[in-house]
Amino acid sequence: MVSGKKDSLLMRLHIDPLFLFFILLLLGYSVYIMWSASGQNLPMTERKVGQVILGIFVMIVFAQFSPRFYEKWAPYLYIACIIVLVIVDVFGYTSKGAQRWLNLGFIRFQPSEIAKIAVPLMVAKFINREGCPPPLKTTVQTLAIIAVPTLLVAMQPDLGTAILIAMSGIFIIFLAGISWKFIAASVVAIGAFIPVMWFFLMHDYQRERVLTLFNPERDPLGKGYHILQSKTAIGSGGLWGKGWLAGTQSQLEFIPERHTDFIFSVIAEEFGFIGAIILLILFLCLISRGLIIASQAQTTFGRILAGGLTLVLFIYVFINIGMVSGILPVVGVPLPLISYGGSSLVVLMASFGIIMSIHTHRNMLSKNI
Amino acid sequence: MIAFAVVLMMVVVLLVTLAHLQILSFGYYNTKSNNNRIEIIPIPPNRGVIYDRNGTPLAINNTIYQLKIIPDKISNLEEQLNELRGLVDLTDEDIEIFQKERRSYKAHRPVPLKDNLTEKEIAKFVVNQHRFPFVNISGNQHRYYPYSSALTHVLGYVSKINNQDKARLEEENKLSDYVGTLNIGKIGVERFYEDLLHGTPGYEEVEVNNRGTIVRQLNHNPPQAGEDIYLTIDLNLQLYIQKLLDGRKAAVVAIDPNNGEVLALVSSPSYDPNLFVGGISSKKYNALLEDKDKPLFNRAMLGSYPPASTVKPFIAVSALSEGVITPKTIVTDPGYWLLPGTEKRFRDWLRWGHGKVDVVKSLEESVDTYYYQVAYDMGIDRLSAWMNKFGYGERTGIDISPNEESRGIMPSRAWKMQRYKQPWVPGDTIPVGIGQGYWTATPLQLAKATTIMANNGKVYTPHLLKNKRSEMLEDGTFPALTKNAVTTNSDLTVLINQAYWALAKEGMYKVMFGSRGTARKIYAGSPYKAAGKSGTAQVYGLKADEIYNANDIPEHLRDHALFIAFAPYDKPKIALAIVLEHGGGGSSNGGAIAKHILDYYLLGDESTQVPEPIVNTRHED
Repeated sequence: MVSGKKDSLLMRLHIDPLFLFFILLLLGYSVYIMWSASGQNLPMTERKVGQVILGIFVMIVFAQFSPRFYEKWAPYLYIACIIVLVIVDVFGYTSKGAQRWLNLGFIRFQPSEIAKIAVPLMVAKFINREGCPPPLKTTVQTLAIIAVPTLLVAMQPDLGTAILIAMSGIFIIFLAGISWKFIAASVVAIGAFIPVMWFFLMHDYQRERVLTLFNPERDPLGKGYHILQSKTAIGSGGLWGKGWLAGTQSQLEFIPERHTDFIFSVIAEEFGFIGAIILLILFLCLISRGLIIASQAQTTFGRILAGGLTLVLFIYVFINIGMVSGILPVVGVPLPLISYGGSSLVVLMASFGIIMSIHTHRNMLSKNI
Repeated sequence: MIAFAVVLMMVVVLLVTLAHLQILSFGYYNTKSNNNRIEIIPIPPNRGVIYDRNGTPLAINNTIYQLKIIPDKISNLEEQLNELRGLVDLTDEDIEIFQKERRSYKAHRPVPLKDNLTEKEIAKFVVNQHRFPFVNISGNQHRYYPYSSALTHVLGYVSKINNQDKARLEEENKLSDYVGTLNIGKIGVERFYEDLLHGTPGYEEVEVNNRGTIVRQLNHNPPQAGEDIYLTIDLNLQLYIQKLLDGRKAAVVAIDPNNGEVLALVSSPSYDPNLFVGGISSKKYNALLEDKDKPLFNRAMLGSYPPASTVKPFIAVSALSEGVITPKTIVTDPGYWLLPGTEKRFRDWLRWGHGKVDVVKSLEESVDTYYYQVAYDMGIDRLSAWMNKFGYGERTGIDISPNEESRGIMPSRAWKMQRYKQPWVPGDTIPVGIGQGYWTATPLQLAKATTIMANNGKVYTPHLLKNKRSEMLEDGTFPALTKNAVTTNSDLTVLINQAYWALAKEGMYKVMFGSRGTARKIYAGSPYKAAGKSGTAQVYGLKADEIYNANDIPEHLRDHALFIAFAPYDKPKIALAIVLEHGGGGSSNGGAIAKHILDYYLLGDESTQVPEPIVNTRHED
């Protein structure tokens, strides 16, 4: 099974070569488009490269710990995360009307990113302890575990991240094999929850975004402007695209946040439908590999954690592309691996590290326990 | 496996969405994307320059500098405006206009703040430019009339395009040629030759970013400047006549009888057309409107005056042609003429009469009685029809908008019925014989009729356009044969026997040089031969036996002085018509002005020492 020097090095580093391969391809794609999306901004592209290198390092580090370690430390991480989130909500650094940052002096730190890992870890550990499939009581308790950080993040307010955090927990419940009846009941519950959320929990700007989604033309120069410009960019890309650095919507800055949340519009404009398909295929390969890893996991904890993290990754992709192409509301979710942004990339790479750990440590489980 | 299936399903959703956007709706979004980034900026053409016949520019384009500001880029607009006040002379009115104007401008486009910056203001601003990143100075073409009031009634002026102009341009499908153009010809030559002078706008296709900043030029299509035109006007003659008239209420038209070229067209007093170019203030405009001398009124083309005795030569050739009189016809003048079958007396200007009068003497001494008889014998129908042939009662067809030219009135039965709802009576015909009664004519009509006389019946349409720049030859001259001499259909050379022209002209010659000619005193010793005819138009009707004494009546009721002339007699080079409002005797005052003009034009004599207007008895006409 183990053959060749390189493979053995990767194996010793607890790296899954195929998974790494797809990650590197996507990161390469990301740097390539970043040069264009930043408007040929060299410092910004260099920082992106720096983020990539840091991310790879973090991934390798996280791959070294065994799944057992994660299972053991999950509750502490979860509690630490809750504490930090509360601190943020009370003392956080306000940026653009949202308290998302904790200024530690030397670094501005976004605790909601930690929740993206802490919640699935905690949920996986909790469900695993209770046994699969989880009984109803466990399921309800798990939902409570998910709800606390989700609401804390939603209060910042950061609806996009809150949804993702909730998703990351719910996927784990789902993968733990709960009954279809329960899923159906949840859908009804969520359906009932939507009006409550609409009237009591959402901020005006969020409601505005949702309304704008359904009819961007209702405010073409205000809230709908971004989405119309983004759709225009994607649509005008056509089959083959306008070419690298030649996207007029992008280069002339008609696309909002073109290097962060709306980077997919740049890809679709400059590389066209073909370029977008290539990107989707790369993501699909990555996700397939993640799901295969999950299916091969030796423990329920490993299986549901790897599966959950992989599916959350996919949800990121789906929400981001859906949002920039106008089928989902604009909720501020970056395109994983591609968008500019250090914290989210590092956290994502950490979760890849955990997935790799689950795969590469599967044969050592008996020894280590 | 279920998870993977769900993932695939969702990927398909994304693919369908993308395919819908990028393949099915590609055309729509591609257009939208181009509309986003491409902006067409019109470049207005330079207006054609207007020259006189000798190439002196009469209407030119100056560059004026405008301060423009991009208001929606400036967060502290108030503050910036206040700071600008220190650099340029910004009034509250300027700011008010700017605030009103900016609403009609596209976002991120510069809005004019202040026109007509002085050099000092420009310098001050340029030094401080760094403090105002969204304020800039741009040059604009501005029409300028260097000779101010001298040619206003010929050139007219350009002024801001208003909604009425826009509606007309829209109708004529020319509105798109005016994007970016501020002014349009309102009256005069500027209006008549608007299409020639305006040119074709160009455009610049630029790529803009989302802030409206121009990123690069995609396409440059230069504008095509309007055509430069050369008028028939002789600026020196025009200026000389203006100087001669010295602000008096008067009109003078001079035409080259060989081709109908208008050499001078003076309406006095006049006004400065430059006032109208940038938009005149209502105060200044009201001052012009309320001026009792009516400087805005184009007397040469819109002023209708009784042509008085100046029409006698034309009536003479008509009556000869009709056989109403012969060269030998003698009318005995006892000082009045009695309308047959009535007690109604028509007085001659000479109370004791001219005695036996033939056609030549009738002109030399301007015998009214002779023409009462002729008018009576011809009847209004024939008289009216003949006078129409000389252009009376009709527009001359000069190349200026018909709105700016009066037809005058050549009375007829139909005209009177329409105007007064009353039938024509024989008594109406008699004063028509001496150019009075209902008859009115414009100075331009008089000048046109005079050219016809000078030409022995050849009719040219008076015109102002001599050449277009595009017709210029390589050596800077124009082809000798000018296409712009327009002859009209009514050629009177065939209709009227050459001998009759000779008789009428002999009479007109004798006006100047005959032993009893009405203008003989003025023309005595003239080195060239000339022909002329004076006229004194009554503004105020005398009672039956009242004696006219100009000193006894207020100026505005005094007679108009008229004079027509052409010279040299044998080969005329200039035909003239002069009307001096309330100028007293036509022969003395009008004749003197005519003499100066002819001397100037034919001899280059610039002495403008016009004798004081003679205000005396109603004499010598």
